[in-house]
Amino acid sequence: MSTLKYSEEHEWVRLDGDIATIGISQFAQEQLGDVVFIELPDVGKTLEQNGDAAVVESVKAASEVYAPVSGDVIEVNGQLEDDPELVNRDPTGDGWFIKVKISDTSQLDAMMDETAYQDFLAGKT
Amino acid sequence: MVEFAGYWMPLQYPTGILREHLHTRSAASLFDVSHMGQIALRGDDPARALETLVAGDLIGLAPGRMRYTFLTNTEGGILDDLIVTNVGDYLFLVVNGSRKSADVEYLRQNLPAGIEVEVLAERGLIALQGPKAASVISKFAPGAESMQFMTAQPFEIDGSPVALTRSGYTGEDGYEISIPSANVESITECILAEKEVEPAGLGARDSLRLEAGLCLYGQDIDETTTPVEAALTWSISKRRRIEGGFPGAQVVQRQIAEGVDRMRVGIVPDGKAPARKGTHITNEKGKSIGIVTSGGYGPSFGGPVAMGYVDARYALKGKYLTLMVRGRPHPGRVVDIPLLPNRYYRAEEQTI
Repeated sequence: MSTLKYSEEHEWVRLDGDIATIGISQFAQEQLGDVVFIELPDVGKTLEQNGDAAVVESVKAASEVYAPVSGDVIEVNGQLEDDPELVNRDPTGDGWFIKVKISDTSQLDAMMDETAYQDFLAGKT
Repeated sequence: MVEFAGYWMPLQYPTGILREHLHTRSAASLFDVSHMGQIALRGDDPARALETLVAGDLIGLAPGRMRYTFLTNTEGGILDDLIVTNVGDYLFLVVNGSRKSADVEYLRQNLPAGIEVEVLAERGLIALQGPKAASVISKFAPGAESMQFMTAQPFEIDGSPVALTRSGYTGEDGYEISIPSANVESITECILAEKEVEPAGLGARDSLRLEAGLCLYGQDIDETTTPVEAALTWSISKRRRIEGGFPGAQVVQRQIAEGVDRMRVGIVPDGKAPARKGTHITNEKGKSIGIVTSGGYGPSFGGPVAMGYVDARYALKGKYLTLMVRGRPHPGRVVDIPLLPNRYYRAEEQTI
């Protein structure tokens, strides 16, 4: 399992070849609270970096999830339909959102590794 | 923490909205609602005077009883909704926090000179809500457990005079407790120390009242909605429907007689996607027929719930509508309000 890279918008990416798995961070799920619904993009949709990727509905509010990298959606996590709280229980594991085939892996270069992301979170509070 | 009605208030406590909501329905939760406006009307027959500004029957309101009503404008729109209690020698009003300064100014300008409008600024208000509320409150105020729904009674808690009402905004049995500001904190801590009681914030208050079909002023009702459109006609007594005598009475009377073009209804979206405030509602042909005014996830309902205004032709139980959530159509059906049956306290029927 390769390491996670984080965006400042609290998404994570795990790269396997040119396939990026995308989800939201532990911090993001804590902020959102109990997730009740996730609107995922259709398979085949082309996502632009920093463009809309999904919407997470918690009891509190609806929140946009942005695509940290550009690419075509090749798979969505169907388990989230029946069990959206997976995102609360395991945000960086079984609670992943989408898998994207990316063309430009260099888009990950500017993203933060775990240590840098924890520093980023510490700097916010 | 969020800003609400000019106050910083907790949206949720550490357990989160979902658990606070469910705890309220299964045990008891304590809400700090001190942002609400508390007003005393004193003087020469304040009930008769206030009837010139609200649609509810106050002359017929017995001492110790309370009633839900609203201030109306000349078009029959709702300036605020409020609870009026007949304390005996004065009327006690609880109004929305967001409207309290406007209400006080309006009351002072429009009530006769013999009526004194006193803002009870030095009082806090807490709400204890849920099926365990009565057994908890009886430890502090013995006898309060047998109070009728929508009645008020003075008690002493922890050495402080308080006004207890059996009322609330959750659809559950419960109490609101008006307390002198200096004693709010200590009484709140006393009640929170009971094992059945947990604190709950604005988030749970909103999801509870939504399931209970209760309106939030500024969202589900405002100056552009009438009590008839808002499905609140039940709160206008027969005498007041006939006699009128409140601002906009002709509009309300005509609407009761002839019907309205739009109605507030409950809506249950199919699937899991919540339809939140501002969601457009269309018919099967894509024509706009209304808008969602409150919507979200109903933790006790176990899925999304909403309320909103729709074209009266669609305001029929079981009717299917289309909710446009982020540009995508989601079917939903019209249901009765409240979405969950309320569980207010009703004493055993007594046969004589």
